[in-house]
Amino acid sequence: MFGFGLIKGLFVTLKNLVGPTFTVQYPNKRVGLIKASKYYNKNPFSLFKSHPLEGFKAIVGQAVIKEFPDQSPRFRGQEFNWFEDRCTGCASCAKYCPLGIIEIVTHPGEKNIQEGTSYDIDVFDIDIGRCMFCGICVEACPFDALHMGSGFERAIEKRENLVISVDELRSAEKRPSTWFRPQMEKSSYEPRNEKIEDSHDVGRHEKPSKEELTKRWVNER
Amino acid sequence: MSLRTEPVTMNVGPIHPSTHGVFRMRVTFDGEEIVDVEPVIGYLHRGSEKLAEERTYTQVVTLTDRMDYVASMTNNQSYILSVEKLAGITPSPRGVWLRMIAAELQRIASHAVANGFLINDLGAWHTPLLYMLREREKILEMFEMLCGARITNSYLRPGGVFMDAPDQFWPALNRFLDEMPNRIDDIERLLTTNEIVLIRTQNVGVLKKDECLNASITGPVLRASGVDWDLRDKNPYDYYDQIEFSRPLGEIGDNHDRFLVRIFEMRESLKILRQCIENIEPGPVRPKEVPFLVRPPKGDSYVPIESPKGELGFYLVSDGGISPFRCHVRAPSLINLTLLREMVLGDKIADLFVTFGSIDVNMGEVDR
Amino acid sequence: MNTVLDSVVFKFIYCMLVSSDECANSFKIIGSGFISEKYAIIGFLITAFFLIFIIVNGALVGVLALIWGERRLVGRFQARLGPNRWGPWGIFTPVADAIKVMFKEDISPTLSDKFVFILAPILMVVPVLMIFAVIPFGEATFLTDLNVGVLFVLAITSTNTLSVLMAGWGSGNRYGIIGGLRAVAMLLSYEIPMALAAVGVILMAGSLSIIQVIESQVIPYAIFQPLGFLTFLIASTAELNRSPFDITEAESELIAGYMTEYSSMKFGLFYLGEFMATIASSAIIVCLFLGGWKGPEILPSHFWFMIKWILMICVFIWFRATFPRLRVDQIMELAWKGLFELTLINILSIAILMLIWPDPSITELWIMTGIKWIVFFVSLWIFGKLLGPKPLQKNGVARKIVLQK
Repeated sequence: MFGFGLIKGLFVTLKNLVGPTFTVQYPNKRVGLIKASKYYNKNPFSLFKSHPLEGFKAIVGQAVIKEFPDQSPRFRGQEFNWFEDRCTGCASCAKYCPLGIIEIVTHPGEKNIQEGTSYDIDVFDIDIGRCMFCGICVEACPFDALHMGSGFERAIEKRENLVISVDELRSAEKRPSTWFRPQMEKSSYEPRNEKIEDSHDVGRHEKPSKEELTKRWVNER
Repeated sequence: MSLRTEPVTMNVGPIHPSTHGVFRMRVTFDGEEIVDVEPVIGYLHRGSEKLAEERTYTQVVTLTDRMDYVASMTNNQSYILSVEKLAGITPSPRGVWLRMIAAELQRIASHAVANGFLINDLGAWHTPLLYMLREREKILEMFEMLCGARITNSYLRPGGVFMDAPDQFWPALNRFLDEMPNRIDDIERLLTTNEIVLIRTQNVGVLKKDECLNASITGPVLRASGVDWDLRDKNPYDYYDQIEFSRPLGEIGDNHDRFLVRIFEMRESLKILRQCIENIEPGPVRPKEVPFLVRPPKGDSYVPIESPKGELGFYLVSDGGISPFRCHVRAPSLINLTLLREMVLGDKIADLFVTFGSIDVNMGEVDR
Repeated sequence: MNTVLDSVVFKFIYCMLVSSDECANSFKIIGSGFISEKYAIIGFLITAFFLIFIIVNGALVGVLALIWGERRLVGRFQARLGPNRWGPWGIFTPVADAIKVMFKEDISPTLSDKFVFILAPILMVVPVLMIFAVIPFGEATFLTDLNVGVLFVLAITSTNTLSVLMAGWGSGNRYGIIGGLRAVAMLLSYEIPMALAAVGVILMAGSLSIIQVIESQVIPYAIFQPLGFLTFLIASTAELNRSPFDITEAESELIAGYMTEYSSMKFGLFYLGEFMATIASSAIIVCLFLGGWKGPEILPSHFWFMIKWILMICVFIWFRATFPRLRVDQIMELAWKGLFELTLINILSIAILMLIWPDPSITELWIMTGIKWIVFFVSLWIFGKLLGPKPLQKNGVARKIVLQK
């Protein structure tokens, strides 16, 4: 009958009215009592004791808790992670960047690391105002020194501040993404939850033991 | 009694809610009837083909993402196939299966967007669009698992893909394959028998078989007109020759046929995905001997693939260097758009947008 | 003045102001007011002003609530949440919207006809506010009981055609002109089925007064004459420019139709007028077809009216969330080839039934209802055959797709 298709359509929308939503809420969301107590890791009664205001809000479903969207460990985030002691200053990243936004200035280093002379980095500027986060610099890095970051909250008021300088890279929290780093994926590492302090953890080889080092660099020379 | 009327010319676009980007049309209409349409393109021209000439073969992958930005995976696929042919690289089997999975997922996502926006052009208050985008969202999440990005993927590399799929990808894909048929059923319940959709789309924007063939129109638009031409079947690339699937064909070639063909192709893509999961085998995802800096010998190559919008191919000329000497893209969106004027002449203004939406063009690809 | 005093609210306020015998009899607690009966007209005017103040502001608050409700509800229909950031459940979102609209720059285009351009939004709002005058919000709660209430409503609603045309013409924009002309064609066409559908109600009620119509509904007319209800519902959706009949705005075609060039509070007035019209029109449908304030006596009459009213608005929102838009010529076709004839069938069948049972009892009313439903299905089936999409195949499914192996 004419109009039957329309009525079927009305019921499809009605089904979705009572069904679940697919909205991802960020940076916080409002929840009821059960979820709020789960968030504060308490039972509902002790929630009232410790957070009375949140407790009362939770009764009407208005308690505010932090919420973060699910994120893959491979997510190519904004702030780059750079491990200085892995970097030799070869500037492969700068060379392979499709947009040429990485600027590296080096001078021959004082310190001699075991695997040959490395360069000291004077300037390591990444202009993420023009970066398209393709990750080819990370792919090109032969020593696993440069990594994609895992965040996306780098909103900045001035255009100049979009350039990541070498100091910023040095001091930044190291939460590298596992993009193009299969060795980190194997250890089921989550950039959201874990930080990486030791630069050996991000390399694609095992950290050599002292005996191996002596054998390689002292005995065999 | 006859009324004296005179035609009026009006600019539609480049900023308009339903020109799918920055398309512009100079529409001359008489009352509600369209007398003339003059498409104006070029508002999104970024010179991708020229930029490709000064980038290495790997770097160009990032440019292809930005051509058809609702179907980046298939763009990558087309480009990589062309590079592989040019450089004589034999891809790894697992890499090929993975990129087929990615391409079919992308086809579902692209068709979902196309159909959603088609219904939005019909004037539905975003509801079918959001249902479609909900499904696309799941696909994009899977892409994020695969390659860390949702739209500008850059997942494929010469010889396969850059990295194997992570562990959490396969359960997500299986869940998607289980859910998606029901979702498509829902969409069909909402739209395919909806009388308003039927009277709005049937016998509107008709493209005849020979018109299509003369204008070298490809993809779902061609198949909706009843021509059985699918490059996955006629000229199989990757491992499509090992896979069984059927091609939905329309009868008349009107907007409704194009809509239905896309819905059916989504179902077929689900079948292909299931077969890919069955056939995939462990192994490296790209051969070890392929260098980061591909340096193909002198020559040229063109490998067309069936992208969600039609035949997409990259014509690459190499002079033996590290970057292509010339890159030309056969963009299906641009070529499918050529018959827009013939399709809408004599229709009402409202049909113009529906017909335009049913071709499923992407301005990133048209202007490149 | 006496008909007005039937309204309890009116009388209550009036009696607080004016001292009269009638008041002293009906409200013993309050006693008499401070204005002597000689100057009763002053008390009357003050009361009227006070009530109008309440209704206008109530309508404005209603609009704010509707904006919020519509966005929330459409969001839920689309499997998302809708606005939920600004205040609990996002209830302050319309307030933020209103503030934003007020502080926007007021642009009038060079090519516009200034006088018409400015007058149009005002003409959009005022008539809609006038509809609220005749709506009974509950038992004996109304501003005025016009003895030609239904006619008044139909007449007043048709004036917004003029406003839309003025806006479209005055803004000097081709999108606007198309929108305005479409509006005239559509709104004028749908006046007729709307009026004729109301005739079915008036025939049964035997009066043009909305109060009388409500009181005559033993069975709500929505159940009693489904054909009339359906046509009135469709016609009023069209009159409201709401989806699936929103060709005058037609976001995907005409950007915003006649409102394209409007900004700031002028746009706000259009917005206001439209939402207010939705509220008013829902109230009219509730009065004419859903039995107004009538309901089981568990709840006061005002609550019943409120519940029905909100449900009716939700139905409009539901339509908007589900249906795509019709094309201009199809809308005209539906009005003149479909609804017009359907309403005539409705009137004819009612007239015949009333000839058979001039003074029906309850059983006879139910028999009449059964006959009306048979007429409803038969006529819809015939018109679906004649007007529906042609290439429908078996089972009503248009499958023409061949799967090529």
